[in-house]
Amino acid sequence: MLKIENLVVKYGMIEAIKGISFEVRDGEIVTLIGANGAGKTTTMHTISGLLKPESGSILLDGEDLVKIPSHKIVERGLAQVPERRRVFANQTVEENLSLGAYTRKDKEGVEEDLKNVFARFPRLEERRKQLAGTLSGGEQQMLAMGRALMAKPKILLMDEPSMGLSPLLVKEIFRIIEEINKQGTTILLVEQNAKMALGIADRAYVLETGKITLEGTGEELANDTRVQQAYLGG
Amino acid sequence: MEILSYLINGLGLGSVYAIIALGYTMVYGIAKMLNFAHGDIIMVGAYLSFFAMTRFQLPVIVSVALAVLGCTILGVVVERLAYKPLRQATSLSVLITAIGVSYFLQNSAQLLWSSSTKVYPTIISNGAIKIGSLSISYLSILTILVCILVMTCLTLFVNKTKTGQAMRACAEDKGAAQLMGINVNHIISITFAIGSGLAAIAAVLLCAAYPSVSPTLGSMPGIKAFTAAVFGGIGSIPGAFLGGILLGVIETLTKAYISTQLSDAIVFAVLIIVLLIKPAGLLGKKVSEKV
Repeated sequence: MLKIENLVVKYGMIEAIKGISFEVRDGEIVTLIGANGAGKTTTMHTISGLLKPESGSILLDGEDLVKIPSHKIVERGLAQVPERRRVFANQTVEENLSLGAYTRKDKEGVEEDLKNVFARFPRLEERRKQLAGTLSGGEQQMLAMGRALMAKPKILLMDEPSMGLSPLLVKEIFRIIEEINKQGTTILLVEQNAKMALGIADRAYVLETGKITLEGTGEELANDTRVQQAYLGG
Repeated sequence: MEILSYLINGLGLGSVYAIIALGYTMVYGIAKMLNFAHGDIIMVGAYLSFFAMTRFQLPVIVSVALAVLGCTILGVVVERLAYKPLRQATSLSVLITAIGVSYFLQNSAQLLWSSSTKVYPTIISNGAIKIGSLSISYLSILTILVCILVMTCLTLFVNKTKTGQAMRACAEDKGAAQLMGINVNHIISITFAIGSGLAAIAAVLLCAAYPSVSPTLGSMPGIKAFTAAVFGGIGSIPGAFLGGILLGVIETLTKAYISTQLSDAIVFAVLIIVLLIKPAGLLGKKVSEKV
C-alpha cells in the first residue's frame, strides 16, 4: 500500500534521512522505532507532505505522493495523527473533528463517521462543545485520533501517540490502535515506546540517525538482543 | 454636548482605523507577517475610486466596487509575487520586502499619477443630523455603520463558514492545517484579498473625510491602524475593532482638549503604556501549550 524508496530528506545542508526504503502492506501495523533524533518525525512529515524530500519516492497504491500538492494527500486516503497531537486549541472538539473531514464531500458519510468516532471515544461526545485546549492530554490524543479518522483514511500515520500519557492511558490508546487496524485501516506507527509498539506490530523497522539498521516482524525485533539492549532497557 | 459630538467624530475616525487594522491583523494572524504595504493599498484604492468618479464619471457605488475589486486583485498579486516566495525565509526578510513593496507602490503612483495632490470629489453631503445642540455629520454615521457592517460580516464569515474555519485553523497551526488537507497558500491568498478589499473601503471613507489624494496618503493611516491592531492584540479580529475605535476616540479627544500637535505623541504614548501592562495587547491571547 505504502512504499518508501530511497528517501533522502535534508534540512539545509544536514541530511536527516539518508536514503531509507520501507514498506507498509495492506492491513498491517508497521512500526518505526528509534531514539530521539533518529528521523522518525521527519519521515512522517515527509510522507504527509509537510516536508519535501531531496530525492526518493513515496508510493501510495502506486502513485508518487512527492509529485502531488501536499494538501491533496489527505484526499488520497492518508491521514496523520501528528506528534504532540496538535489539536486546534481554540476550536471546539466538534470543530476539530469537522476539520478532519475538511476535504470530504460526502455529507452522509461524514455524519456516519462522526457517530463512529463518538462511539469509539465517548469522552469526546461529552465534550463536543468544549474548546480542545481545555482537554486533558489523553483526551487531546483521542481527539487527534478521531480527527484523523474523520478523513476516512486507508492508511493512518501515528507519530508518538504514547507521548506524555500515563501507562494506563498508553495501554488504552494501543488497544484502540489495534481495534482501528482490525476494522480495516492500515497503520504506520512511530514510537519511542518500543516495547508497546513491537507488541502490536506485524512488522517493524529500526531507524538510527537517518538509516534503517534492522527490520523484521514485531516479535523478531522484540527478541533481538541488539534491540533489547538499545530500546527495551536490556 | 460638546464632548458627545467629539466622541462621535472619534468613533467615525476610529471606524476607519478599525477597518484598516482588520487587514493588518488578519494577515498577521494567518501569514504571521507584518504587511507594511497595507497603507499603500489604501492609497491605490483612493486613486482608483478617484479616477472612476472623476475621469469616468461613474456613480459612487460603482466606483467603490471597482476600487474594492482593484485592491483585492492587487493584494493577491503582491502576496503571490513578493511574499509567497519567502514563505520559508526569516521574518526579517519578509518585513524588509514589505517595506520595499510599500516604496514600490508609492513611487509607481508618483510615476503614474504625479505627486501633486488631487481633490477628492464630495461623495456624501456635508449635512448633519441635529439633536438639540448636538450635531452628527452624515459621514460619521455612514462610516460607523459601514464599520459595524464589515465587522458583522467578517465575524460571521470567520466563525460560520468552512473557509473561515480553515482560516482559524491556519492561524493556529499551519502544519496541522495542512495535515487536514487545507490548502494553506490558498487561505493566505483569501486573507490578503479580504484585507485589501477592506483597505479600499477604508480609502473611500478616509477620502470622504479628508478629500485630498496623494501618493503618500496611505502612510499615516496605515501606521495608525497598525498601532490600533497592536493595541487591540494583533491577530485578533475583535482586538482590531476595539483598538481602532479606541485609537480614533483618544486621538479626537486629545486634539479637542489637549493639543492638536501633541495628539499623535499622546496616542503612541498610550500604546506604549498598554503594551507595558499587557504585552499581547488588549484582547491578545497568551500562547500556552499543553503537554
